[in-house]
Amino acid sequence: MSLATLLLLADGRLPSGGHAHSAGLEAQVSAGRVRSVADLDGFLRGKLATSALVSAAFAAAACAAPAAFAGLDAGLDARTPSPALRKASRAQGRALLRAGRAMWPVAAIGREPHQPVALGALASAAGLSPHEAAVAAAHGTITGSASAAVRLLGLDPYAVHALLARLAPECDRIAELAAARSGDPVDELPAAGAPLLDIGAEHHATWEVRLFAS
Amino acid sequence: MKAEARVVAESDGLGGTRLAVLRGQSPLLLRQTGPRVAGGVTVHLVGGAAGPLRGDELRLDIEVGPGAWLELLSVAAQLALPGRPAPASRLTINATVAAGGTLRWIPEPLIAAAGCDHLAITRVAVAAGGALLWRDDLVCGRHGEDPGDFVADTLIRYDGSTLHRHELAVGPRAAGWNGAAVLGDARALGTVVTAGPATLTAGSATPNAAVMPLAGPGLLATAVDADIRAVRAVLDPFCAAHPTAKAPVPA
Repeated sequence: MSLATLLLLADGRLPSGGHAHSAGLEAQVSAGRVRSVADLDGFLRGKLATSALVSAAFAAAACAAPAAFAGLDAGLDARTPSPALRKASRAQGRALLRAGRAMWPVAAIGREPHQPVALGALASAAGLSPHEAAVAAAHGTITGSASAAVRLLGLDPYAVHALLARLAPECDRIAELAAARSGDPVDELPAAGAPLLDIGAEHHATWEVRLFAS
Repeated sequence: MKAEARVVAESDGLGGTRLAVLRGQSPLLLRQTGPRVAGGVTVHLVGGAAGPLRGDELRLDIEVGPGAWLELLSVAAQLALPGRPAPASRLTINATVAAGGTLRWIPEPLIAAAGCDHLAITRVAVAAGGALLWRDDLVCGRHGEDPGDFVADTLIRYDGSTLHRHELAVGPRAAGWNGAAVLGDARALGTVVTAGPATLTAGSATPNAAVMPLAGPGLLATAVDADIRAVRAVLDPFCAAHPTAKAPVPA
């Protein structure tokens, strides 16, 4: 394993278009559900327990066996009822794959895989472990929303990063849990859903003016 | 308490439906009741005891044969309660729908009372050409109380492929369940999953609801609100107007 390689993969500056997505936050800000750092805390803890756990498990599974990408991709389809979220995940997967192919010899996993499948395949090509892929996935899920919160709400960036520091142990725990389950059959992989993320994404996709793509 | 119930609906060969099996044990009692629907059969789940309580192990099997139409309703809300110190209560539902069969599951809400520890496992397999409408409503806590722990673990397959896989956890053990990603301030949630090409229909969205076409042949309608009445105001008309509501007309 290479720590510097893992940091590269998890870096928000990776040119994969991640900055264009608020991972569901913009819709909840608009609905008035997230106004403060405390609200963001609740939002991120819910994300860690649901979409981050699912993403991390699928990234770890794809890292362990990139050739199994089709089944994992279908598994994420079945866990993503919102068409807007499926579209956003595939757009991010495609962009990540493009950046990743320039960096490492990534296996063939289809043209537009779901983002966690692409992340896992990149991690595998980079010589990282499934557990490291899970950490990168869980970390990416919450840091994207956190930086979007600073831009959408003008929250104090120091306070937001203090929150991320408090959440780091939970992020590690989720990644460990995800990696431990990543060898399970696809139907048994984590499937924790988040109803407000689904509903919010569907409404957000219809807005004419928005700051983030999702 | 351990209980098992089973219902098997099959075509009567004349365009109607008959129940080949209908049996249950308290608190899972099944009664053929409800409005008489031409071509179909309506069964009510009648709670024969309090609960589910911790330690309860409940199992319901549903089988809908080719050409049969079955609607399962319940007479009252299920109230998940703490009971004595024991493992989580568990309700496991296994349902199958054959080609040309229709199953509608529209029970009253589950109320997750403070201190409960309840797991609902749902496994539904719909054959190609079958039709499903599967509704689950949840109320987090009785009036003014925080809910206990509740997990819904749902897997719906259509034509041999997984169409919808979903888990929802609320309560003290579920981190962030009342944060703005999962339920926020909402304490009531309703979901309707449909499966089969004939079950796709348009739905109207409200700020707290969405009707979402799944990646496979089916859709999910989700509504959340502070109060279950607002959820029902969205989902009751959806279920009533849904294509599966029409039972086959007897020859």
